[in-house]
Amino acid sequence: MNKKRLKTIIWIAVAISVSTSTTLAFAISDAFKENIYNVGILKPIDSVLKVKVGDRAPEFTLPAVSGEKISLKQYRGKKNVVLSFAPAAWTPVCSDQWPGYNIVKDIFDQNDAVLLGITVDNIPTLFAWTNQMGKLWFPVLSDFWPHGAVAKKYGILRSNGVSERALFIIDKKGIIRYIDVHDINERPALEDLVNELEKLK
Amino acid sequence: MKGVSTMSQIRMFLSVTAILSLAFLSPALTANPPSKGDVLPKINLSIPKSLDERTYLGLSGAGTFRIPQIKAKVVIVEVFSMYCPYCQKDAPKINEMYQVIENNPDLKNKVKIIGIGAGNSVFEVEVFKKTYHVPFPLFADKDFSIHKLLGEVRTPYFAAIKMNDDGTHQIVHSQLGDFQGAEPFLELVLKSSGMKQEDNP
Repeated sequence: MNKKRLKTIIWIAVAISVSTSTTLAFAISDAFKENIYNVGILKPIDSVLKVKVGDRAPEFTLPAVSGEKISLKQYRGKKNVVLSFAPAAWTPVCSDQWPGYNIVKDIFDQNDAVLLGITVDNIPTLFAWTNQMGKLWFPVLSDFWPHGAVAKKYGILRSNGVSERALFIIDKKGIIRYIDVHDINERPALEDLVNELEKLK
Repeated sequence: MKGVSTMSQIRMFLSVTAILSLAFLSPALTANPPSKGDVLPKINLSIPKSLDERTYLGLSGAGTFRIPQIKAKVVIVEVFSMYCPYCQKDAPKINEMYQVIENNPDLKNKVKIIGIGAGNSVFEVEVFKKTYHVPFPLFADKDFSIHKLLGEVRTPYFAAIKMNDDGTHQIVHSQLGDFQGAEPFLELVLKSSGMKQEDNP
Protein backbone atom coordinates (compact mmCIF):
# COMPACT_ATOMS: atom_id res chain seq x y z
CA MET A 1 0.00 0.00 0.00
CA ASN A 2 2.83 2.34 0.96
CA LYS A 3 4.59 1.45 -2.28
CA LYS A 4 1.51 2.38 -4.27
CA ARG A 5 1.31 5.76 -2.55
CA LEU A 6 4.98 6.34 -3.16
CA LYS A 7 4.45 5.58 -6.83
CA THR A 8 1.56 8.06 -7.01
CA ILE A 9 3.67 10.72 -5.34
CA ILE A 10 6.53 10.19 -7.74
CA TRP A 11 4.18 10.44 -10.71
CA ILE A 12 2.67 13.68 -9.44
CA ALA A 13 6.17 15.04 -8.91
CA VAL A 14 7.12 14.06 -12.46
CA ALA A 15 4.02 15.75 -13.86
CA ILE A 16 4.67 18.96 -11.95
CA SER A 17 8.35 19.04 -12.92
CA VAL A 18 7.60 18.51 -16.59
CA SER A 19 4.87 21.13 -16.70
CA THR A 20 6.99 23.68 -14.85
CA SER A 21 9.98 23.19 -17.07
CA THR A 22 7.84 23.35 -20.22
CA THR A 23 6.40 26.69 -19.19
CA LEU A 24 9.85 28.05 -18.47
CA ALA A 25 11.25 26.78 -21.73
CA PHE A 26 8.50 28.66 -23.53
CA ALA A 27 9.18 31.79 -21.55
CA ILE A 28 12.81 31.64 -22.66
CA SER A 29 11.83 31.04 -26.26
CA ASP A 30 9.51 33.99 -26.05
CA ALA A 31 12.37 36.25 -25.08
CA PHE A 32 14.29 35.06 -28.15
CA LYS A 33 11.55 36.02 -30.49
CA GLU A 34 12.60 34.15 -33.60
CA ASN A 35 12.22 30.81 -31.86
CA ILE A 36 8.50 30.88 -31.37
CA TYR A 37 8.17 29.26 -34.77
CA ASN A 38 11.16 26.99 -34.35
CA VAL A 39 9.88 24.96 -31.42
CA GLY A 40 8.46 22.38 -33.78
CA ILE A 41 4.93 22.34 -32.42
CA LEU A 42 3.29 23.06 -35.76
CA LYS A 43 2.48 20.37 -38.25
CA PRO A 44 4.89 21.05 -41.14
CA ILE A 45 2.14 20.99 -43.80
CA ASP A 46 -1.58 20.93 -43.07
CA SER A 47 -3.37 21.21 -46.42
CA VAL A 48 -3.63 19.50 -49.80
CA LEU A 49 -2.47 21.35 -52.92
CA LYS A 50 -5.12 21.92 -55.56
CA VAL A 51 -2.72 23.02 -58.28
CA LYS A 52 0.41 21.55 -59.83
CA VAL A 53 3.33 22.71 -61.95
CA GLY A 54 2.10 23.19 -65.53
CA ASP A 55 -1.42 24.27 -64.48
CA ARG A 56 -2.84 27.68 -65.28
CA ALA A 57 -2.59 29.69 -62.06
CA PRO A 58 -6.02 30.38 -60.49
CA GLU A 59 -6.94 34.04 -61.00
CA PHE A 60 -7.49 36.38 -58.09
CA THR A 61 -7.93 40.03 -57.23
CA LEU A 62 -6.96 41.13 -53.73
CA PRO A 63 -6.64 44.47 -51.90
CA ALA A 64 -3.11 45.64 -51.18
CA VAL A 65 -1.90 47.51 -48.10
CA SER A 66 -1.21 50.49 -50.41
CA GLY A 67 -4.95 50.77 -51.12
CA GLU A 68 -4.93 49.48 -54.68
CA LYS A 69 -6.39 46.22 -55.94
CA ILE A 70 -4.01 43.78 -57.53
CA SER A 71 -5.07 41.12 -60.02
CA LEU A 72 -2.82 38.30 -61.12
CA LYS A 73 -3.84 38.85 -64.73
CA GLN A 74 -2.46 42.40 -64.83
CA TYR A 75 1.03 40.86 -65.14
CA ARG A 76 0.06 38.53 -68.00
CA GLY A 77 2.47 38.92 -70.89
CA LYS A 78 4.55 41.41 -68.87
CA LYS A 79 6.13 39.91 -65.76
CA ASN A 80 6.82 36.63 -64.06
CA VAL A 81 5.07 36.57 -60.69
CA VAL A 82 6.29 35.13 -57.42
CA LEU A 83 3.55 34.58 -54.84
CA SER A 84 4.88 34.39 -51.30
CA PHE A 85 2.24 33.21 -48.86
CA ALA A 86 3.22 33.76 -45.21
CA PRO A 87 1.19 32.04 -42.49
CA ALA A 88 0.19 35.07 -40.46
CA ALA A 89 1.20 38.61 -39.65
CA TRP A 90 2.23 37.84 -36.09
CA THR A 91 5.09 35.68 -37.26
CA PRO A 92 8.10 37.17 -35.50
CA VAL A 93 9.58 39.75 -37.81
CA CYS A 94 13.22 38.75 -37.53
CA SER A 95 12.61 35.15 -38.53
CA ASP A 96 10.38 35.99 -41.43
CA GLN A 97 11.05 36.02 -45.12
CA TRP A 98 9.88 39.33 -46.47
CA PRO A 99 12.55 41.60 -44.95
CA GLY A 100 15.05 39.37 -46.76
CA TYR A 101 13.20 39.65 -50.08
CA ASN A 102 13.13 43.37 -49.48
CA ILE A 103 16.90 43.64 -50.08
CA VAL A 104 16.95 41.56 -53.28
CA LYS A 105 14.74 43.62 -55.62
CA ASP A 106 17.64 43.49 -58.10
CA ILE A 107 17.39 39.69 -58.32
CA PHE A 108 13.67 39.91 -59.07
CA ASP A 109 14.31 42.68 -61.63
CA GLN A 110 17.03 40.67 -63.36
CA ASN A 111 14.55 37.84 -63.77
CA ASP A 112 11.75 40.07 -64.95
CA ALA A 113 9.71 39.10 -61.93
CA VAL A 114 7.44 40.80 -59.44
CA LEU A 115 6.82 39.59 -55.92
CA LEU A 116 3.40 39.55 -54.27
CA GLY A 117 3.33 38.91 -50.53
CA ILE A 118 0.04 37.44 -49.29
CA THR A 119 -1.37 36.54 -45.89
CA VAL A 120 -4.89 35.87 -44.59
CA ASP A 121 -4.73 38.91 -42.28
CA ASN A 122 -6.75 42.07 -42.73
CA ILE A 123 -5.31 45.30 -44.12
CA PRO A 124 -4.81 47.24 -40.85
CA THR A 125 -2.91 44.28 -39.35
CA LEU A 126 -0.75 43.95 -42.45
CA PHE A 127 -0.15 47.70 -42.47
CA ALA A 128 1.13 47.66 -38.88
CA TRP A 129 3.16 44.50 -39.37
CA THR A 130 4.88 45.42 -42.62
CA ASN A 131 5.70 48.90 -41.29
CA GLN A 132 8.14 47.17 -38.94
CA MET A 133 10.03 45.71 -41.89
CA GLY A 134 11.00 49.05 -43.35
CA LYS A 135 9.64 50.22 -46.68
CA LEU A 136 8.78 47.20 -48.82
CA TRP A 137 9.21 47.47 -52.59
CA PHE A 138 6.58 44.80 -53.35
CA PRO A 139 2.81 44.78 -52.82
CA VAL A 140 1.42 43.03 -49.75
CA LEU A 141 -2.04 41.57 -50.33
CA SER A 142 -4.77 40.67 -47.88
CA ASP A 143 -6.56 37.36 -48.39
CA PHE A 144 -8.75 38.10 -45.40
CA TRP A 145 -12.28 38.05 -46.82
CA PRO A 146 -13.79 35.75 -47.87
CA HIS A 147 -11.33 34.29 -45.43
CA GLY A 148 -8.31 32.69 -47.12
CA ALA A 149 -10.23 32.31 -50.39
CA VAL A 150 -7.11 32.53 -52.58
CA ALA A 151 -5.09 30.25 -50.30
CA LYS A 152 -7.98 27.80 -50.48
CA LYS A 153 -8.08 27.99 -54.29
CA TYR A 154 -4.41 27.02 -54.42
CA GLY A 155 -4.91 24.38 -51.72
CA ILE A 156 -2.69 25.88 -49.04
CA LEU A 157 -5.20 26.91 -46.39
CA ARG A 158 -4.43 25.09 -43.16
CA SER A 159 -7.13 23.65 -40.91
CA ASN A 160 -6.73 26.52 -38.41
CA GLY A 161 -7.38 29.22 -41.03
CA VAL A 162 -3.83 30.43 -41.73
CA SER A 163 -2.00 29.65 -44.94
CA GLU A 164 1.06 27.56 -45.49
CA ARG A 165 4.46 29.15 -45.95
CA ALA A 166 4.37 28.68 -49.71
CA LEU A 167 6.03 30.01 -52.86
CA PHE A 168 4.61 29.87 -56.38
CA ILE A 169 6.34 31.03 -59.54
CA ILE A 170 3.92 31.92 -62.33
CA ASP A 171 5.36 32.74 -65.75
CA LYS A 172 4.26 35.49 -68.12
CA LYS A 173 1.75 33.14 -69.73
CA GLY A 174 0.07 32.57 -66.37
CA ILE A 175 1.38 29.01 -65.99
CA ILE A 176 2.64 27.74 -62.64
CA ARG A 177 6.30 26.84 -63.04
CA TYR A 178 7.37 26.14 -59.45
CA ILE A 179 5.65 25.30 -56.17
CA ASP A 180 7.27 25.12 -52.75
CA VAL A 181 4.84 24.41 -49.95
CA HIS A 182 7.45 24.69 -47.27
CA ASP A 183 7.60 23.24 -43.79
CA ILE A 184 5.81 26.06 -41.95
CA ASN A 185 8.47 25.99 -39.23
CA GLU A 186 11.32 26.78 -41.61
CA ARG A 187 12.25 29.51 -44.00
CA PRO A 188 12.91 28.49 -47.61
CA ALA A 189 16.48 29.19 -48.72
CA LEU A 190 16.71 32.18 -51.04
CA GLU A 191 18.95 30.37 -53.53
CA ASP A 192 16.26 27.77 -54.26
CA LEU A 193 13.86 30.50 -55.36
CA VAL A 194 16.55 32.34 -57.32
CA ASN A 195 17.61 29.14 -59.13
CA GLU A 196 14.02 28.50 -60.17
CA LEU A 197 13.57 32.09 -61.34
CA GLU A 198 16.68 31.79 -63.47
CA LYS A 199 15.25 28.71 -65.17
CA LEU A 200 12.51 30.89 -66.67
CA LYS A 201 14.98 32.77 -68.86
CA MET B 1 3.71 7.57 13.41
CA LYS B 2 1.35 8.78 10.74
CA GLY B 3 2.79 12.31 10.97
CA VAL B 4 6.28 11.09 10.37
CA SER B 5 5.31 9.06 7.35
CA THR B 6 3.45 12.03 5.81
CA MET B 7 6.46 14.22 6.43
CA SER B 8 8.78 11.77 4.74
CA GLN B 9 6.40 11.51 1.84
CA ILE B 10 6.39 15.26 1.45
CA ARG B 11 10.15 15.29 1.63
CA MET B 12 10.31 12.57 -1.00
CA PHE B 13 7.86 14.50 -3.18
CA LEU B 14 9.89 17.69 -2.94
CA SER B 15 13.20 16.05 -3.66
CA VAL B 16 11.88 14.15 -6.68
CA THR B 17 10.37 17.40 -7.98
CA ALA B 18 13.61 19.24 -7.41
CA ILE B 19 15.77 16.64 -9.11
CA LEU B 20 13.46 16.35 -12.09
CA SER B 21 13.09 20.12 -12.42
CA LEU B 22 16.83 20.45 -12.55
CA ALA B 23 17.09 17.70 -15.12
CA PHE B 24 14.49 19.31 -17.37
CA LEU B 25 15.55 22.88 -16.78
CA SER B 26 19.25 22.66 -17.46
CA PRO B 27 18.98 22.45 -21.25
CA ALA B 28 16.62 25.42 -21.24
CA LEU B 29 18.90 27.44 -19.03
CA THR B 30 21.93 26.86 -21.23
CA ALA B 31 20.00 28.61 -24.03
CA ASN B 32 21.24 32.00 -22.86
CA PRO B 33 23.61 34.37 -24.60
CA PRO B 34 27.24 33.99 -23.53
CA SER B 35 28.11 36.15 -20.54
CA LYS B 36 31.00 38.44 -19.84
CA GLY B 37 33.89 36.39 -18.47
CA ASP B 38 32.88 33.20 -20.29
CA VAL B 39 34.99 31.46 -22.88
CA LEU B 40 33.45 30.96 -26.31
CA PRO B 41 31.68 27.72 -27.13
CA LYS B 42 33.61 25.60 -29.64
CA ILE B 43 32.62 27.16 -32.94
CA ASN B 44 34.18 25.94 -36.18
CA LEU B 45 34.17 28.39 -39.07
CA SER B 46 35.37 27.79 -42.62
CA ILE B 47 38.64 29.48 -43.51
CA PRO B 48 37.61 32.09 -46.11
CA LYS B 49 38.41 31.45 -49.78
CA SER B 50 39.24 35.11 -50.30
CA LEU B 51 42.91 35.92 -49.78
CA ASP B 52 42.04 39.40 -48.48
CA GLU B 53 39.82 37.91 -45.81
CA ARG B 54 42.41 35.30 -44.84
CA THR B 55 45.02 38.02 -44.55
CA TYR B 56 42.67 40.16 -42.47
CA LEU B 57 42.09 37.28 -40.06
CA GLY B 58 45.72 36.16 -40.11
CA LEU B 59 44.80 32.66 -41.28
CA SER B 60 46.21 30.45 -43.97
CA GLY B 61 45.28 27.28 -45.79
CA ALA B 62 41.84 25.71 -45.98
CA GLY B 63 39.49 23.86 -43.65
CA THR B 64 38.11 25.30 -40.47
CA PHE B 65 39.32 27.55 -37.70
CA ARG B 66 38.16 28.77 -34.31
CA ILE B 67 37.62 32.42 -33.41
CA PRO B 68 40.53 32.54 -30.88
CA GLN B 69 42.88 31.69 -33.77
CA ILE B 70 42.18 35.05 -35.39
CA LYS B 71 45.25 37.28 -35.24
CA ALA B 72 44.00 40.11 -33.04
CA LYS B 73 43.82 41.38 -29.50
CA VAL B 74 40.07 41.71 -29.65
CA VAL B 75 37.58 40.13 -32.02
CA ILE B 76 34.12 41.63 -32.36
CA VAL B 77 31.52 39.05 -33.41
CA GLU B 78 28.15 40.07 -34.80
CA VAL B 79 25.44 37.44 -35.12
CA PHE B 80 23.09 38.71 -37.84
CA SER B 81 20.60 37.52 -40.42
CA MET B 82 19.95 38.90 -43.88
CA TYR B 83 16.26 38.54 -43.01
CA CYS B 84 16.45 40.72 -39.92
CA PRO B 85 15.41 44.36 -40.45
CA TYR B 86 17.44 45.60 -37.48
CA CYS B 87 20.56 43.92 -38.85
CA GLN B 88 19.91 45.58 -42.21
CA LYS B 89 19.49 48.95 -40.54
CA ASP B 90 22.65 48.51 -38.43
CA ALA B 91 24.81 47.27 -41.32
CA PRO B 92 26.14 50.72 -42.37
CA LYS B 93 27.01 51.52 -38.74
CA ILE B 94 28.98 48.29 -38.33
CA ASN B 95 30.80 49.09 -41.58
CA GLU B 96 31.59 52.50 -40.14
CA MET B 97 33.06 50.82 -37.06
CA TYR B 98 35.30 48.76 -39.35
CA GLN B 99 36.51 51.95 -41.05
CA VAL B 100 37.19 53.65 -37.71
CA ILE B 101 39.33 50.67 -36.68
CA GLU B 102 41.19 50.42 -39.98
CA ASN B 103 41.90 54.16 -40.03
CA ASN B 104 43.34 54.17 -36.53
CA PRO B 105 46.93 52.85 -36.42
CA ASP B 106 46.47 51.97 -32.73
CA LEU B 107 43.55 49.70 -33.54
CA LYS B 108 44.27 48.35 -37.01
CA ASN B 109 45.52 44.76 -36.83
CA LYS B 110 44.47 44.63 -33.18
CA VAL B 111 40.69 44.75 -33.42
CA LYS B 112 38.96 42.57 -36.02
CA ILE B 113 35.30 42.09 -36.85
CA ILE B 114 33.47 39.02 -38.16
CA GLY B 115 29.78 38.33 -38.79
CA ILE B 116 27.91 35.05 -38.45
CA GLY B 117 24.64 34.73 -40.39
CA ALA B 118 22.25 32.80 -38.15
CA GLY B 119 20.18 30.45 -40.31
CA ASN B 120 21.65 32.02 -43.43
CA SER B 121 23.07 29.99 -46.31
CA VAL B 122 26.32 30.94 -48.04
CA PHE B 123 24.20 32.51 -50.79
CA GLU B 124 22.16 34.54 -48.30
CA VAL B 125 25.28 35.76 -46.50
CA GLU B 126 26.72 36.82 -49.87
CA VAL B 127 23.53 38.75 -50.64
CA PHE B 128 23.89 40.62 -47.34
CA LYS B 129 27.57 41.28 -47.97
CA LYS B 130 26.92 42.59 -51.47
CA THR B 131 23.86 44.68 -50.54
CA TYR B 132 25.59 46.51 -47.69
CA HIS B 133 29.19 46.34 -49.02
CA VAL B 134 30.29 44.64 -45.82
CA PRO B 135 34.11 44.92 -45.74
CA PHE B 136 34.80 42.26 -43.07
CA PRO B 137 34.37 38.47 -43.31
CA LEU B 138 30.90 36.96 -42.93
CA PHE B 139 30.20 33.31 -42.24
CA ALA B 140 27.12 31.21 -42.97
CA ASP B 141 25.33 29.20 -40.29
CA LYS B 142 22.59 27.65 -42.39
CA ASP B 143 21.51 24.97 -39.92
CA PHE B 144 21.57 27.34 -36.91
CA SER B 145 24.22 25.13 -35.25
CA ILE B 146 26.44 28.07 -34.22
CA HIS B 147 23.35 30.04 -33.26
CA LYS B 148 22.39 27.18 -30.92
CA LEU B 149 25.86 27.13 -29.36
CA LEU B 150 25.53 30.85 -28.73
CA GLY B 151 22.29 30.39 -26.80
CA GLU B 152 19.89 31.10 -29.68
CA VAL B 153 20.42 34.83 -29.37
CA ARG B 154 18.11 37.31 -31.02
CA THR B 155 19.70 39.12 -33.94
CA PRO B 156 21.65 41.30 -34.08
CA TYR B 157 23.86 40.13 -31.22
CA PHE B 158 27.33 41.46 -30.47
CA ALA B 159 30.18 39.97 -28.49
CA ALA B 160 33.77 41.09 -27.99
CA ILE B 161 36.42 38.47 -27.30
CA LYS B 162 39.74 39.33 -25.76
CA MET B 163 42.73 37.22 -26.71
CA ASN B 164 45.20 36.84 -23.88
CA ASP B 165 48.95 36.53 -24.42
CA ASP B 166 48.95 33.01 -22.96
CA GLY B 167 46.59 31.79 -25.71
CA THR B 168 43.47 31.83 -23.59
CA HIS B 169 40.53 34.10 -24.31
CA GLN B 170 37.45 35.47 -22.67
CA ILE B 171 34.27 37.28 -23.61
CA VAL B 172 34.60 40.85 -22.39
CA HIS B 173 31.36 42.21 -23.81
CA SER B 174 28.01 40.61 -24.71
CA GLN B 175 25.10 42.62 -26.07
CA LEU B 176 21.68 41.84 -27.55
CA GLY B 177 20.65 44.41 -30.16
CA ASP B 178 20.64 48.17 -29.55
CA PHE B 179 23.85 48.94 -31.41
CA GLN B 180 24.78 52.35 -30.07
CA GLY B 181 26.88 53.48 -33.04
CA ALA B 182 30.46 52.88 -34.13
CA GLU B 183 32.37 55.14 -31.73
CA PRO B 184 30.43 54.46 -28.48
CA PHE B 185 30.42 50.71 -29.10
CA LEU B 186 34.11 50.66 -29.85
CA GLU B 187 34.82 52.74 -26.77
CA LEU B 188 32.92 50.20 -24.67
CA VAL B 189 34.83 47.28 -26.19
CA LEU B 190 38.23 48.95 -25.78
CA LYS B 191 37.53 49.71 -22.13
CA SER B 192 36.11 46.30 -21.28
CA SER B 193 39.09 44.60 -22.93
CA GLY B 194 41.61 46.83 -21.19
CA MET B 195 42.97 48.06 -24.54
CA LYS B 196 42.00 51.61 -23.85
CA GLN B 197 44.28 51.89 -20.81
CA GLU B 198 47.12 50.04 -22.50
CA ASP B 199 47.08 52.34 -25.50
CA ASN B 200 46.27 55.62 -23.82
CA PRO B 201 47.60 55.49 -20.27
